[in-house]
Amino acid sequence: MRYPGSGGWRRLLLLPALWSIGLAYAQSPNDAAFLSMLGELREATYSDKAAIAERLGQTGHRSVRAVLTALMEDRLCYRNSDQKIFIVQSADKDPAELVDPLTLKSAGSAPADSLSKIGTNNALRHTLRTVVAHFALSSPDSAVRLEAVRDMLRSLDEPTVALLRERLAVETNAGVKREIETGLALATLDGSDAKARLEAVATLSHSVSQDVRNRLSLLLDKSPDGSFIETDENVRRAAAAAVVKIDQWRSFYSGIETLFFGLSMGSVLVLIAFGLAITFGVMGVINMAHGELMMLGAYTTYAVQMAMPGHIGLSILAAIPAAFVVAGLVGVAMERTIIQHLYGRPLETLLATFGVSLVLQQAVRSIFSAQNRSVVTPDWMSGSLQLNGALAITYNRLYTVIFTMIVFLILLVVLKHTRIGLDIRAVSQNRVMAKAMGIRTEWVDAMTFGLGSGIAGVAGVALSQLTNVGPNLGQSYIIDSFMVVVFGGVGNLWGALIGGMSMGIVNKLLEPYAGAVLAKILVLVGLILFIQTRPRGLFPQAGRAGEDK
Amino acid sequence: MKRTTIFMTGLLAAGIGFSNVAAAQDTIKVGVLHSLSGTMAISETTLKDTVLMMIDDQNKKGGLLGKKLQAVVVDPASNWPLFAEKAAQLLEKDKVAVVFGCWTSVSRKSVLPVFEKDNGLLFYPVQYEGEESSKNVIYTGAAPNQQAIPAVDYLMKEVGVKRWVLEGTDYVYPRTTNKILEAYLHLKGVKPEDISINYTPFGFSDWQTRVAAIKKFGSAGKKTAVVSTINGDANVPFYKELGNQKISAEDIPVVAFSVGEEELSGLDTKPLLGHLAAWNYFESINTPGNKAFINQWHTFIKNPKRTTNDPMEAHYIGFNLWVKAVEKAKSTDVEKVLAALPGLETPNLTGGTAKVLPNHHITKPVYIGEVKGDGQFNVVWKSAGEVPGDAWSDYLPGSKDIEADWVTLKCGNYNKVTKKCSGQNYK
Repeated sequence: MRYPGSGGWRRLLLLPALWSIGLAYAQSPNDAAFLSMLGELREATYSDKAAIAERLGQTGHRSVRAVLTALMEDRLCYRNSDQKIFIVQSADKDPAELVDPLTLKSAGSAPADSLSKIGTNNALRHTLRTVVAHFALSSPDSAVRLEAVRDMLRSLDEPTVALLRERLAVETNAGVKREIETGLALATLDGSDAKARLEAVATLSHSVSQDVRNRLSLLLDKSPDGSFIETDENVRRAAAAAVVKIDQWRSFYSGIETLFFGLSMGSVLVLIAFGLAITFGVMGVINMAHGELMMLGAYTTYAVQMAMPGHIGLSILAAIPAAFVVAGLVGVAMERTIIQHLYGRPLETLLATFGVSLVLQQAVRSIFSAQNRSVVTPDWMSGSLQLNGALAITYNRLYTVIFTMIVFLILLVVLKHTRIGLDIRAVSQNRVMAKAMGIRTEWVDAMTFGLGSGIAGVAGVALSQLTNVGPNLGQSYIIDSFMVVVFGGVGNLWGALIGGMSMGIVNKLLEPYAGAVLAKILVLVGLILFIQTRPRGLFPQAGRAGEDK
Repeated sequence: MKRTTIFMTGLLAAGIGFSNVAAAQDTIKVGVLHSLSGTMAISETTLKDTVLMMIDDQNKKGGLLGKKLQAVVVDPASNWPLFAEKAAQLLEKDKVAVVFGCWTSVSRKSVLPVFEKDNGLLFYPVQYEGEESSKNVIYTGAAPNQQAIPAVDYLMKEVGVKRWVLEGTDYVYPRTTNKILEAYLHLKGVKPEDISINYTPFGFSDWQTRVAAIKKFGSAGKKTAVVSTINGDANVPFYKELGNQKISAEDIPVVAFSVGEEELSGLDTKPLLGHLAAWNYFESINTPGNKAFINQWHTFIKNPKRTTNDPMEAHYIGFNLWVKAVEKAKSTDVEKVLAALPGLETPNLTGGTAKVLPNHHITKPVYIGEVKGDGQFNVVWKSAGEVPGDAWSDYLPGSKDIEADWVTLKCGNYNKVTKKCSGQNYK
């Protein structure tokens, strides 16, 4: 056992000494007592289970952490035949692989229906999380420690404070250290020493966490008889200043958060508009089936995921080229069979592609059923990146922004620095001249349409992570993508990028005040007014090619 | 020539008439009015199959009044006006004895005038917003006091929730339910600044701002819960975003009124763990009746992986009640069956009995469940006994004094203060 530091709180440690991590591995108290305590879990009510869990935590048995973690994750079972308690490796495997709760060694396997789970509810899981956090505090992984400290901050009692103090002395990670200091300062606020409280407020004023702010603002409250709860005026003044400071920082970070929301919404808009910027922008084809090409991309993601069970993360990456190929091939087929006969007849193209969109929707309904398909999000795409107490960025949105930028760069390179790009630009600028120079314009048309469609498929991969994959997926995005292309200026990638991003940001700036529906209407009205003054969008195509369209 | 045509037509008509009479003698027609295509097909197809299963079962038992039951299935295709047309077809052309149908409130409102004009009988199996009681409809789903109010009570008393987010999809059911809940919360002393109400369109998917707002609203130091009347597939990105922004059920629980086993079966339940749903039936409730029903369903649908859900039980109860009423009345005549229905009882699948009340609603037990990892629910609270359905909410100023009673008052909208019956066309 370590007893770092000194002072009055050492006395506190005597009570919760059993909590201590060192002890958990140092000795193994009575296995039989531990087992009988576990056995009680079978029949107990949720509040009883919470009490048992706390008692289990205090036994310091070497496998208590594994058992409680299993309980928290719904992996603690008992066998119906002999009522024996087991941990199962994975909650939804059948047959389940059993682990002995005492030795933590494998105990064979059993069919899932011969086991009964020991149920948990929210309150019980909350308790378990705190108990398990005490053990996680000594984890070698600093992220686990940080999470454990955060869990412990929610319910600070004396043993917890003592444990945190002990950890602070040996903690090396700056982030974890800061979090512990915050926790200790919060605990000090309840103390009787005014000077210590003043110091605690000073420490806490560097935090940006909402919990800290709430706790500090409590210091400014009055009790029912009119006197301040916090007796020391200096502490009150410092707390008031700290609250103002924290509020300022929080509103600054919430501004950044809104900006990020806007960027992420914008990047979705940009991504769905890129394909259209090519087919509509460069070729002038009004492709009403653009949304369905995205839908095909999303379904391709689903199919790839079905084909590679067990490799969820990898399947998303594999789906990107697969979706490009599938949607691209469908696009080329569309161009060769229908659209090439309709060049120069925009109304008929519109109707024909609308027909194609219905055919594609129905095809998907027939193949995959009308029900939405669930595309699993890989672990590295769920959750969020906690930048500080006030700002967290969700991974799926962050990756979408990055992905959009990558697609944008690749498209730029393809269009500016490759032979096919050169051909595409030549044909779009002056078809007759390009033909005279020996470019096979028909082939270029097919390739251009295929490229645009393929990019739509790639956008579908991203959408599969953000929304429902169903036959109607495309319909909900087709209007948005046309709006972005028209706003950004027809035939211009930069236009799609800047246009989509600004529409996303404006939308998200308005949303907190106007609501989701009104914000979208306002953006649309703004767009209409903008098009009135600049009919060719943000970045109009210069020169004669622009005039023709 | 002309005369021959008329003659032939007459003969044909007579023939048809004969065959109709012949058919009517040995079968009783049962109408099934559920969308088999369009957006609601996902939920409603299951209910169509449930009714078919019940009819099949009844026929195996020897039919009803010595006759075989015959299902007449129509497809209103999730198209609200088409619901009214198909209802008229069932009642006027097919002359069905009873109809089991509708899911959304808007479809029910659409067929209501048809059922009242043709004096038909509809069993409506879905939880709804209340504020209605028709002579021609038996409401076997929950009224707000059998689902929403108990759920809020549970959160308030057992979880200690002090701050409320009422999040809904923008249409009639969430708006009416939230109006009732808001009035109820005010009555319980919740201050207006502790209630946040928001609506989003059907199929909404960009939840970042809303979830961030919920997180902010919930971090004011008081325990916060979300009461969700979000309908349809917008739920999936909503729960995903909650998970991504690390809002767990332990911090801010979400209680949903429209998310059941069927809705969960298509999605990854990991981010939903511990979130709540309030229903009158859960598949996971272990009773002999429920086990038998699940087995029967699996056999009928030939797929052991299909789930059962609350509206299915409502149809099970509704069908059994109708059979009992017909046996009691010894006739399928709508007037006689309607007279026989109030007071009839039939067992629920999860224990207890469902009793038809004079207001055409039934008694139901209320359960609150937490989502488990396998897409099923773990019941954490259950009402003491059955709760009688209240057609007119006691918490809305307009409907407080209104009572529905089809036995003594013969009125679905009786004002106890003015002592006037305003009929179904209230407002």
